[in-house]
Amino acid sequence: MEWSDREAAAEACKGNQYAFRILVERHSHALFRLAFRMTGNEQDAEDLVQDTFIRAYRQLDRFDARASFSTWLYRICANRALDLLRTRKVRKEYQPAQNDEGGPGWLETVAAHDPSPERLAHSRQLADLLPAALENLTELERAAFVLRHYEGFDIHQVSEALGVKASAAKQSIFRAVQKLRRALRPVWEARA
Amino acid sequence: MAHLREEDFVEAYYDPELEALHKHLAGCAECRDRFEQWRHALDACSEYAIPERSASYGAEVWAQVAPRLPIAKPRRSWLQWWMLGPVFASLLILAFLAGRFTREPETGFSTKTRDRVLLMAISDHLERSQIVLTELSHATPDDSAAVSRERDRARELVDENRLLRLSARRLGDTANAVLLDDLGRVLLDIANAPANTTPAVSEETLRTIQDRLEDNGLLFKVRITAMDARRKGQRL
Repeated sequence: MEWSDREAAAEACKGNQYAFRILVERHSHALFRLAFRMTGNEQDAEDLVQDTFIRAYRQLDRFDARASFSTWLYRICANRALDLLRTRKVRKEYQPAQNDEGGPGWLETVAAHDPSPERLAHSRQLADLLPAALENLTELERAAFVLRHYEGFDIHQVSEALGVKASAAKQSIFRAVQKLRRALRPVWEARA
Repeated sequence: MAHLREEDFVEAYYDPELEALHKHLAGCAECRDRFEQWRHALDACSEYAIPERSASYGAEVWAQVAPRLPIAKPRRSWLQWWMLGPVFASLLILAFLAGRFTREPETGFSTKTRDRVLLMAISDHLERSQIVLTELSHATPDDSAAVSRERDRARELVDENRLLRLSARRLGDTANAVLLDDLGRVLLDIANAPANTTPAVSEETLRTIQDRLEDNGLLFKVRITAMDARRKGQRL
């Protein structure tokens, strides 16, 4: 019989490593997607995934069994991503996501939705503009937007995950959307 | 009803159950047109594609994570490594400083070599500091042997940290200098924790140190920076 997340978390809390392994293998892909959207960088995303699981393991006794394990994991990951983005800001070393590892794969994936030449051109333009636009958000705006837009969190969940008031989460999302809308204007206007 | 505000369009996009907003959109052509623009912009954001991971990614993550979990397992002996580490790092720092203060171009290090030596020394130092911080973040006051051992290691790392911080600052590497500054303060706290007591460190002192690690995300920053510095050093 396959353990549910809650059962596996309860077992892992007792020190059962096999149970925790199940959770790691079950949630790694989703966590990587969140981490990549937060950071825009593959290596950082992989580091974040590992860091999140280690941190989660240490805090398993604080996990409320009534809550969703994946939401709890996302919350840890989002907070670590915020730390990382703030560190990067200090280091002024942030690189746009179109790196050697991520670049070509991106275009292919985006382009695959619609192979028409016009759509392909828009997709290429989007692949250039979107990472740079996300990079220009503040770390809170980016984190809040990623949770709301890509992960489907509601405002209450975003504010809880990021440790800010609901009004601040709402404002961050709105500012992020405003900035992205401006930055992506050439793409969405052409499609509209 | 007055026309919708920009914030309303964003809310309407994400929440189809906001009846008042959607009712207004259904009856107001002007707002509907404007909403469509927001919708196109937000739909475009959805095309943020993610690099694929293989089907075995979960197992790969587990392979990386498992050895780092705080579990009761036989401790590895760091003795040999620990004895050699500071010696190696000190040699690197000396070589770096020699290059820094040797002005004759024929015998001094090139800028590239100097930067590589510094980056590798920082990376090595951070990796060893990371072990101390990791051990302490998992330690309990009763674990006298572990706490004493990490205290001794921290004492050895304090001087090295100071030298590296000065070197980084002298070369204008503010980011690493700031991190080493933060790290230095924590290492000092650890090094100065009262010795020869039972337990090895008071619960309060240990909790203060662990809270500082937790609050500042120092351990995470140290790990990321160590990897960054090593990658950059290797590229040079």
